[in-house]
Amino acid sequence: MASPLVSIDDLTVQFRTDRGWANAVEGVSFDIAEGECVGVVGESGSGKSVTALSILRLHARGAARYSTGAISYAGRDLLQASERDLRRIRGRDIAMVFQDPMSSLNPVLTICDQISESLRLHQGMSRAAARKKAIELLDLVRIPDAARRVDEYPHRLSGGMRQRVMIAIAIACRPRLLIADEPTTALDVTIQAQILELLRDLRAELGMAVMLISHDLGVIAEFARRVIVMYAGRIVEDAPVDVLFQSPRHPYTEGLMASMPALDGGAARLYAIPGRIPDPDETIDGCRFGPRCAHSEPICRTAPPRLIAIADGHRLRCTPRTRAADLT
Amino acid sequence: MADDALVEVRDLDMAFNVGKARARRTTLQVLRKLSFDVGRGETLGLVGESGSGKSTAGRILVGLFEPTGGSVKLFGRTITGPERKANLAAVRSRVQFVFQDPHAALNPRMRVGDSIAEPIDIAGAHTRRDRSHRVKELLEMVGLPRDAAERFPHEFSGGQRQRIVIARALALEPGFIVCDEPVSALDVSMQAQVVNLLMDLQTKFGIGYLFIAHDLAVVRAVAQRVAVIYAGSIVEIASKDALYEQPQHPYTQALLDAVPRPDPARVRGPVIGGEVPSLLAPPPGCRFHTRCPHAMPRCQVEEPRLRETAPGRQTACHLYETL
Repeated sequence: MASPLVSIDDLTVQFRTDRGWANAVEGVSFDIAEGECVGVVGESGSGKSVTALSILRLHARGAARYSTGAISYAGRDLLQASERDLRRIRGRDIAMVFQDPMSSLNPVLTICDQISESLRLHQGMSRAAARKKAIELLDLVRIPDAARRVDEYPHRLSGGMRQRVMIAIAIACRPRLLIADEPTTALDVTIQAQILELLRDLRAELGMAVMLISHDLGVIAEFARRVIVMYAGRIVEDAPVDVLFQSPRHPYTEGLMASMPALDGGAARLYAIPGRIPDPDETIDGCRFGPRCAHSEPICRTAPPRLIAIADGHRLRCTPRTRAADLT
Repeated sequence: MADDALVEVRDLDMAFNVGKARARRTTLQVLRKLSFDVGRGETLGLVGESGSGKSTAGRILVGLFEPTGGSVKLFGRTITGPERKANLAAVRSRVQFVFQDPHAALNPRMRVGDSIAEPIDIAGAHTRRDRSHRVKELLEMVGLPRDAAERFPHEFSGGQRQRIVIARALALEPGFIVCDEPVSALDVSMQAQVVNLLMDLQTKFGIGYLFIAHDLAVVRAVAQRVAVIYAGSIVEIASKDALYEQPQHPYTQALLDAVPRPDPARVRGPVIGGEVPSLLAPPPGCRFHTRCPHAMPRCQVEEPRLRETAPGRQTACHLYETL
């Protein structure tokens, strides 16, 4: 097998709190292959965005630290790389799209200025060439009347159009990995469908890998080939998309799917996972999902479960279920 | 049934004046000729995208905005027109509101118990013991521990805070609650808890809800009937199953098609293009015709009226007039 594009190994990210350093992400390991489409799903505090930001080392220094782990990209550990090297990678090799397109765009610069920035920086383009390229990119992300829109300011655009601009900026230098963190969460459902379709088409056209982060299992199911489920800072399950949705193995994955209201009818009463998501600095013995788990056994409270491969491309962090998978 | 309607809305219009400079001032017609009922113990879902006017409608129903046209009856009393003030005062305690963001809806410097008791304090006539007894009762109703009364909002998660907001809404035993996106700020696992709570409270106390949301799946779980609103007008109203299983209006169909399903094997149909039109320059005729796959020449000039297409269901679309 070819070596992965990005490889995250045992990543632990800590945040400073009043009570010392708390693990926001703990022992996260996964690879992203060239051209792969990985979905990361989880609720607030699951560590999905923290993991994504770590790949580009975008956490504020002093507030966060990487206590263990390595993120390798093109033979380098991004956690150890110099700021200079990172600046060369950000926006060129690895680009990111965030949830809120209004706060990600600079309100006092035109669309042209903002798309040109990375083209001029990374590819040394002239102002005129960058402008031409910016118009092409706006066409590519299907903004009508691109030649006119390129000179407008962000406030003139709707939320959906702004997110298209963000995507245009992200793909300007043809990155090998696009990280999209809840790219459609702030958008209306018909616009969400348009943006997801656009991302799907661009991925096929440009052959880049995409890491899509979402809390919405529906978005993940439509977009990803492989899904990583995170809970309270840890990966609890990692499986191909059809396997995960047909036969989820982790009790949290099951609970998440059951608590989603179904559009196509179904039960009158929603399944609710009891309890609440623990805080990062909360100590829980054994499995962090244990206190909310309907299938908890004594062993779950004594030893923290390990993430173990139970089938080809399927990893699971659940002691009883891993054992059951072994027996069959 | 008119006699057990909690809420009767007829031809509701709402326009806002926008623009600061006098020369540039225009009116923004946010709602046009909205008509619907909510029965006792019933949930009407109101579904639409941002800017459709769904929150404005909710605010009018609790008396926060005075509409520019049409009438609203709550518990049989007209809260629009000349008797607005007196009638609103008479029904106010029986109408409550649950907002989207429980962080913003609670005063961070007030103890939870005091927040919950505030409506009781305003309504007056209670002893201190009654008050604290009632607060504990309300906390129990929404599944929070009794000692929560002494704590502050920041000590609670989003889901728990929304329970506090619901407890406060229940304080005066309302007959009707407007829930404006009550679970959209919550995580999926918390969403289910709050949705179930709202439904249990309805069964127990016979409360009617106007449930405003953009999430069609959540609305399917809670509502008995659903109204779909687009650019300020209701385009379709039907019983839940009829609307979800056989949507009539092309916009309802597009909306349902656009929702991502947790099924990787699903083959998605064509995605609807375009965006919701600006209310400052709405298209003539049917406001959806610019995005509609079935648009006919007539749709560009003549606005369809909401009319009955089957018993208990109404649709505003020329397609169903020719049938």
